[in-house]
Amino acid sequence: MSHILYLTKMKKYTYTEKKDTRSGFGAGLHEAGKRNENVVALCADLVGSLKMDAFIKDFPERFVQVGIAEANMMGIAAGLTINGKIPFTGTFANFSTGRVYDQIRQSIAYSNKNVKICASHAGLTLGEDGATHQILEDIGLMKMLPGMVVINPCDYNQTKAATLAIMEYEGPVYLRFGRPVIPVFTPEDQKFEIGKAWMVNEGTDVTIIATGHMVWRAIEAGEKLAELGIDAEIINIHTIKPLDEEAILKSVKKTGCVVTCEEHNKFGGLGESVARLLTTEYLAPQEFVAVNDSFGESATPDQLMTKYKLDPSDIVAAAQKVMKRKV
Amino acid sequence: MKHSISELEDIASQVRRDCLRMVHAVQSGHPGASLGCADFFTALYFEVLNHNPKFSMEGVGEDLFFLSNGHISPVWYSVLARSGYFEVSELATFRKLDSRLQGHPTTHEGLPGVRIASGSLGQGLSVAIGAALAKKIDGDKGLVYALMGDGELQEGQNWEALMFAPFHKVDNLIASVDYNGQQIDGPTEKVLSLENLQAKFEAFGWHVITSDGNDMSEITKALHYAKSLTGKGKPILNLMSTQMGYGVDFMVGTHKWHGSAPSDAQLEVALGQLKETAGDY
Repeated sequence: MSHILYLTKMKKYTYTEKKDTRSGFGAGLHEAGKRNENVVALCADLVGSLKMDAFIKDFPERFVQVGIAEANMMGIAAGLTINGKIPFTGTFANFSTGRVYDQIRQSIAYSNKNVKICASHAGLTLGEDGATHQILEDIGLMKMLPGMVVINPCDYNQTKAATLAIMEYEGPVYLRFGRPVIPVFTPEDQKFEIGKAWMVNEGTDVTIIATGHMVWRAIEAGEKLAELGIDAEIINIHTIKPLDEEAILKSVKKTGCVVTCEEHNKFGGLGESVARLLTTEYLAPQEFVAVNDSFGESATPDQLMTKYKLDPSDIVAAAQKVMKRKV
Repeated sequence: MKHSISELEDIASQVRRDCLRMVHAVQSGHPGASLGCADFFTALYFEVLNHNPKFSMEGVGEDLFFLSNGHISPVWYSVLARSGYFEVSELATFRKLDSRLQGHPTTHEGLPGVRIASGSLGQGLSVAIGAALAKKIDGDKGLVYALMGDGELQEGQNWEALMFAPFHKVDNLIASVDYNGQQIDGPTEKVLSLENLQAKFEAFGWHVITSDGNDMSEITKALHYAKSLTGKGKPILNLMSTQMGYGVDFMVGTHKWHGSAPSDAQLEVALGQLKETAGDY
């Protein structure tokens, strides 16, 4: 096939298996429990969904089943920190944020408590359960809280590494992951640095900034763009707050335009963080691959990603569009 | 007893003076339930609590206290200052720019004695439960105390916490309810009736005791008794009757002084009814 020729421009990423990021969290939590006896876990009746079983099996005395009472869970987590415990709360992203926003705001963020809010089933890709469970506003909600670190890792290995990294970090963290099985393409032994972008592919024509499940899609888009002769620089922003401004500016100064990709409402997400940076530091055209101010709905994850325009082809179209707007 | 009842009553009188002067100085704040809870706070900090005013956030081996109804910050700040957590003179900064004594208590400015922010209601009991669980995990024999308002019990999170603590046998926890029957819009019985609180708490599995929170002898005894009930498999709930505005005749028993400051003339009358026992700040 002729495109093989162009692929040389794009760094090749492969995978041997697909896994869910929530399982990366479960493995990371288990490992965190082994490494630090102060790690405690709390869950609001979703142990299986959050993959907490291994932790609970090995550290039953450090696990708290709270029942379907997320507000109480956030308060208990805040209280547990007071003598040095490191609580990891587990429930779906919707119930980890919007449902308990004021509890997080007052008892965790404003009180600067060392709570790790770990949220599964974020975004559209939980699929058939529909919009009640598909929160697309959580990144915005959490990044607005002063002092809150917001992380949205991209595959199993990165999620596991992020889970261990936030254990070492002192302060409140929101860790967002999901349900679908997706390619595992980052190294198993990676060092996860909070707030440090990962350069997925160096390029010169357009910067593609992606987070979470959208990173693999950005790689697929990059391969398609390479076939079209477009040399895309792809950056993984796993930490939405604090944002790696240096890495983003360096890239955009080189390429002159940017596409942001996230499984989130375009209002309040990664894209807006990037836009704020660019308007204050270095003006450049930007396109948003994100949900256009909408709730989700029931369907398979793939159907939803297509309908809400989060496919690799949508990234390709956005890249072509933004490149035309370069000054 | 570390202090006689009359000594404790004298401290409480000074605490009430502090509350009124703090609220008057900035013409804002919540004097009503601060006055109502002055005896409880005095008994707790000067008689019952095993605590170290050389404050550490962790409080290892100490008893911890959490205030859920954070708007009664004046009484807490006064008692913290009077028991040595910070200089009494700092009470003069209450609610002013750059003060550690924020309108509602917070850890954000680093005020010694405060371990969690409160003000948005209904969250303190959950936090206290978390701290109590941590003590259990660590084998720390310190107890955890919490105070909630009664109107605050209309917040649903309390009932999540009330359900949790007995089921998980959090028996190193003593929660008190300031049962004054008043809230901003009027008597609780008219705004949203709490009905039979004792029966509700008992149905949830708490060991409930009742007390008169404006009788120094009785509240001291009640807190000592509550302490004797810890470690027996149940959390303890002290349903403490108080009168909002207690100690000042024109403030007592009404919700009207929930969040209103006295005028210069009213302050003078009020202070005339409260003995200065430890020196005004």
